[in-house]
Amino acid sequence: MADVERGKRPLSPHLTIYRPQITSISSIFIRITGNALLISTLLLVGWVLGAAIGPTAFGVINFIITSWFGNLVMALSLWALCYHALGGLRHLIWDSGRGLGLKVAEAMGWAMMFGSFILSLLTIWLLKG
Amino acid sequence: MVQLTLPKNSRITRGKVWAKPKGAKNLRTFKIYRWNEEDGKNPQVDTYFVDLDTCGPMILDALIKIKSEIDPTLTFRRSCREGICGSCAMNVDGINTLACIYGMDQIKGDVKIYPLPHMPVIKDLIPDLTHFYAQHASIMPWLETKTDRPAKEWRQSIEDRKKLDGLYECVMCAACSTSCPSYWWNGDEYLGPAALLHAYRWIIDSRDEATGERLDNLEDPFKLYRCHTIMNCTKTCPKGLNPAKSIAAIKKMMVERVV
Repeated sequence: MADVERGKRPLSPHLTIYRPQITSISSIFIRITGNALLISTLLLVGWVLGAAIGPTAFGVINFIITSWFGNLVMALSLWALCYHALGGLRHLIWDSGRGLGLKVAEAMGWAMMFGSFILSLLTIWLLKG
Repeated sequence: MVQLTLPKNSRITRGKVWAKPKGAKNLRTFKIYRWNEEDGKNPQVDTYFVDLDTCGPMILDALIKIKSEIDPTLTFRRSCREGICGSCAMNVDGINTLACIYGMDQIKGDVKIYPLPHMPVIKDLIPDLTHFYAQHASIMPWLETKTDRPAKEWRQSIEDRKKLDGLYECVMCAACSTSCPSYWWNGDEYLGPAALLHAYRWIIDSRDEATGERLDNLEDPFKLYRCHTIMNCTKTCPKGLNPAKSIAAIKKMMVERVV
């Protein structure tokens, strides 16, 4: 039997040659959105912290958060939050032993992609109204 | 651990373009991963042209044709040519499958063939499956009993036997495990979809009397719980089985036995 530890042996290619699947892409985005939300949470903490420190500090952080860049970050965070929540919902369904057929699993992946955008737009529309 | 790029000795270089067969009108281009220990070079992707008018319909037919007519050094495993031995598992057109039951007509454009992903390569399309088989052995893929041996045989009702459908058909080709990103990054400890499907196959066997021990064995942050239901395994299984569902069922049993 061949020896696994033989150093000379190359590792066969993986990420670069494997075709993306809706299930795998929707899965990695749960992790990406989860980590990205940590950054926007820190931004929000900074906002509250600025308010606690005083008017000058709040002015600075408020300027950043309400600038076009801040708005963009918040809009993306809103989408990330919706996506991550839908992802959590999907895991809940899976953990109950349901929705593990390929067709349903793939449909749920697409539903997360589209659903997160719909939920984000709906939230923005509700906040503006 | 996650390592997105290939180690230095594994990076793929441009390979040889082999001559087109003379007089052929219906050519198909094959790009195939090559590596052998002797020449001391990095892996490369060679280009071959196969005359489809004189070739069978399956990927394996083309590989055998290349080996017998163009390049006898091309190395791959094959045996049954009907999807029951699991030897010719490889990455074809971006997914893992058995070359013998995957038709060329299912692929658009050039046919790209690599060994099963994220595995040590022995030669060309042959990965080293030692660790994969050891993981299979670790789940005790046999009937464990404690009661005395019956006079004739271990009986099973038709309903209980039915629970094994969709599980016993697995041929251990490793297509699922090597399609799984979790297995790529944590394959040293995570058992992977194939071994876990087999674990489940014995857990739910009505004749088996070691269900508790089997679950105890899997109660581990890595062995079972590195599965994040990415489902590449189910999508790629050449036999149409659903390892992700088996793994979810084991996770559910883990919860049910403590609540």
